[in-house]
Amino acid sequence: MTEIVRIENLHKSFDNLEVLKGIDLTVNSGETVVLLGSSGSGKSTMLRCVNFMEIPTSGKIYLNGDLVGNERSGKMTYRESELCALRSRIGMVFQHFNLFPHMTVIENVMEGQVIVLGRSKSEAREKAMAQLERVGLAEKAEEYPARLSGGQKQRVAIARALAMDPEVMLFDEVTSALDPELVGEVLKSMRQLAEEGMTMLCVTHELGFAYHVANRVLFLNDGAILEEGEPQKILKTPKTDRMREFLEGHSLFKLPD
Amino acid sequence: MGHSWDFATILQNWPVLWVGIKGTIFIFVITVILGLGGGLIVGVARYAKSPFISYPARAFVEIFRNTPVLVQIIWFFYAFPILTGIETDPFLAAVLGISLNTMAFSAEIYRAGIQSIDKGQWEAGKAIGMTYNQTLRRIILPVAIKRVLPALTNRGIEVFKMSTLASVVGYVETLNQAKLIADLNFNPIESYTAVAIIFFVVLYPVVQATYVLERRLRRSD
Repeated sequence: MTEIVRIENLHKSFDNLEVLKGIDLTVNSGETVVLLGSSGSGKSTMLRCVNFMEIPTSGKIYLNGDLVGNERSGKMTYRESELCALRSRIGMVFQHFNLFPHMTVIENVMEGQVIVLGRSKSEAREKAMAQLERVGLAEKAEEYPARLSGGQKQRVAIARALAMDPEVMLFDEVTSALDPELVGEVLKSMRQLAEEGMTMLCVTHELGFAYHVANRVLFLNDGAILEEGEPQKILKTPKTDRMREFLEGHSLFKLPD
Repeated sequence: MGHSWDFATILQNWPVLWVGIKGTIFIFVITVILGLGGGLIVGVARYAKSPFISYPARAFVEIFRNTPVLVQIIWFFYAFPILTGIETDPFLAAVLGISLNTMAFSAEIYRAGIQSIDKGQWEAGKAIGMTYNQTLRRIILPVAIKRVLPALTNRGIEVFKMSTLASVVGYVETLNQAKLIADLNFNPIESYTAVAIIFFVVLYPVVQATYVLERRLRRSD
């Protein structure tokens, strides 16, 4: 198995608040890793450090075996141009979709390809169409985002990220802003992606998704990884009280089996 | 009271007035382009993260927003040449005064527009690998400018009216020519009324058109 992302001793502080207190993680090619944790545990921050939406305070991140940034007397420095190039190789999907409202669906999916990757418009259009088909929204190509449902918007956002041919996809609570009845279609697209072998790192509260789709589940607590393992084990028989509490909180009102 | 209106002298002097109207249109076109175009640059600079860019932009805005345009025009005509040794003429002094003032005001409009855009838009641009400038140009500004278009057209209308201030340093525009006609024909009431009518006739349809534009923009949101 080839490693795609490696995180070494990642720390992140905002002013005096230490959010991440030393995270180590390796994500291998084709793997789906789910990050669980209550709000404030640092899971979103950790995800955002992988593509340098947040600059780590210390620690190292490798993409495809290459260290990001330059090490100078023990401290990492990053050039903005390097980070832009890096971000174009990592797909990210947000909780609030963040589609470009002044562009049609297909223009949304073409934008990064043309502006960042320098693809021709016709090539970008072809790729965009293929990705929209992948998420089942080819017929909405000429619509504006305002005309779409939340679930459709999020699938367009997934297509927009996929069109860049990313080496890894980051999902940041992508179903949290959706009506419950729209969650399924987005999770379905994500599951399909995982099954097609995309490398994925997902922050989510959907335990069912974690259970059925993830290869590995991490439980973050207070800026550190508290538990880690296969979903079938870790979600059924957590070792720590903290994680047991967390899981109970999530399944408090489940229908009886 | 009891003034008997006589616009015949105005019509006889129409060529004189027409020269002024052309002067008004000319200075309007120059100042509106410089003012609203330059304002975009200052507005973006005002929003910049680096204090070396945003502070000078802010100083510029405060200086030109908090001094009267009339004073600026007079200052550029009388004081500026003596202080710098650079000759100005009425046209240049008026263009400087009106455009710099318009830049300052419109910069604040652009900045407000940029600030009104959801932070998620910046993040989305950044996440697909766009640079700050690419995100600004492709994602942020198109939406921000569309949002502040009504405020900008308002500024444009102000600029058109501000052009009359250029008459104070003797630039040949509508008001200046009306004064000339009034002095020669002893008809200041008709002359200045004619100026007011000319401005109204030009601006009223423009303002109506902006209402239509505003309604259209609101509908497409």
